[in-house]
Amino acid sequence: MKVKRYSNASTVLTVVFVLLCLVWIMPIFEVVINSLKSNASINQSAFALPNSESFVGFANYLKGLTFGNYPFLKSAGYSVWISVVSTVLILLCCSMAAWYIARVGSGFANLFYYLCLFSMIVPFQMVMFTLTDTADKLHLNTPWTIPVIYLGFGAGLAIFMFVGFVKGLPLEIEEAAAIDGCGPVRTFFLVVLPMLKPTLISVGILELMWVWNDYLLPYLVLDITKYRTIPIHVQYLKGSYGTVDLGATMAIIMMAILPIIIVYLFCQKYIIKGVAAGAVKG
Amino acid sequence: MISLRKKKKRDGSAVNSDLLRRPIRKWFPLFILPVFLCFCIGFIWPFLQGIYLSFCTFNVPSDAEWVGLANYAKAFTDASFAHAFWYTAAFAVVSIIVINVFAFTVAYALTQKMRGSNLFRTVFFMPNLIGGVVLGYIWSLIFDAILKNYGTYLAANATYGFWGLVILVAWQQIGYMMIIYIAGLQAVPEDMMEAAKIDGANGWQTLFRVTIPNVMPSITICTFLTLTNSFKMFDQNLALTGGLPQVIDKVNKVKINMSELMALNIYSTYNISNKYHGVAQAKAVIFFLLVAVLALSQQYATRKKEVQQ
Repeated sequence: MKVKRYSNASTVLTVVFVLLCLVWIMPIFEVVINSLKSNASINQSAFALPNSESFVGFANYLKGLTFGNYPFLKSAGYSVWISVVSTVLILLCCSMAAWYIARVGSGFANLFYYLCLFSMIVPFQMVMFTLTDTADKLHLNTPWTIPVIYLGFGAGLAIFMFVGFVKGLPLEIEEAAAIDGCGPVRTFFLVVLPMLKPTLISVGILELMWVWNDYLLPYLVLDITKYRTIPIHVQYLKGSYGTVDLGATMAIIMMAILPIIIVYLFCQKYIIKGVAAGAVKG
Repeated sequence: MISLRKKKKRDGSAVNSDLLRRPIRKWFPLFILPVFLCFCIGFIWPFLQGIYLSFCTFNVPSDAEWVGLANYAKAFTDASFAHAFWYTAAFAVVSIIVINVFAFTVAYALTQKMRGSNLFRTVFFMPNLIGGVVLGYIWSLIFDAILKNYGTYLAANATYGFWGLVILVAWQQIGYMMIIYIAGLQAVPEDMMEAAKIDGANGWQTLFRVTIPNVMPSITICTFLTLTNSFKMFDQNLALTGGLPQVIDKVNKVKINMSELMALNIYSTYNISNKYHGVAQAKAVIFFLLVAVLALSQQYATRKKEVQQ
């Protein structure tokens, strides 16, 4: 291995990037400091650090848990449930379908594959009214059934990525399994699925980020007086009250983004790899 | 069994061997049917019904009445829709340039030998994980706090809303595009760079003649993603300005939301009243065709420039 040598120019570059990074985390830093300040001081000077006068500790967070006519933890719970179940469902069903498409290659399979490609360029606005209506009619408008809608609308990208990967897998392994008397179901779950692991992680991260952050689909499909996800909760904080409680709002935003940032810091290697792999395929 | 011997010559599409194909086919109901049914519910049926309803007036889909092209006529003569189109187009152009230039520069710098490049990468990518609605809310609070010093606010002027949205999406998407550019830059063959060096190419020549042609696939992907992202943008627009300020166009006597992108325009058209459901659906079809044509022609244009390897 070569020893890394740093030149003067690289030191300058590093300094520039340190400054740039500070600018980059500024918005999140703003939310953090303001979530610890009293309402009056946020209004007066939003960019000041909390001092002994304006510091209120975690009072805003306590208030934020119940603020906004809807308990925050309930919306967080629905968000976690919907995104985890939808992602697991998409990963399982779409990898199975992709294996069928890649290995069988019949007319129907190819047609389905091209429909998936097509669905990727269709914006959500094109189907939002009719999708909402269909979901209502089929009684899929609850948090327990909305993963079915996510599977339907999100299948395109997932199948596209899985098919691309399955086509790169060597046939020999599956043929060996078949010769040894392994049926398709066992071949898929014991042989193919383990080989798909890197793609499962990439697709899983992309789908999880999509569902977790999605606002419009759950807003239209769910009965929002009963069920809210975090994006709906945050959107409802804005404008629906005479005077906005900025401190509590900042605390809610902080509670909404902190779990994602923590997960990101622990799994950033997978997330960045997954994004890079997903984008190159797309 | 012949297929076993033939497999060396497979072409990548529909790789098959009868040994596998026949047993898998029997499991059609398990492997593909559930997804296909969900896909019909979640995409195919709503899509077809959406096209049909764009030719109808309706309150709910079951009471649709055929009106032919009337909805499209209304959509095309709607001043607010035209405004949203130009606003979106301007936004797309500016954000594509800002995001890609910045992301490429950052990626280029980070792939040079530099201390802490992993840390920088982590920080730049972070905003991408935060959802559009939350992002919009954070930035609207920040912009309002800044503009308060000048006695104004974000929703007062569509120009503030425009640049506010550009800053927001730049902050959100530069990290994502940077990751793609880094992957592209790392795949540029080392020997090619060395050959350029030996031939006496300077830094700029190497960048423009060797590096950029080799990362064309990444440029294709990133411009494609930024283009479609900016045309489809909804959450950020809704949460940042919600389309405000609203002005009344004196000539056409319609309300125009000055900072409204196309997706939000469709959404707010639907909410005007029952009479506008069909118009909103027609706008959605126009919007879909526009996005599809843009996406396909962009792919066609930049794929041609890619280096064959």
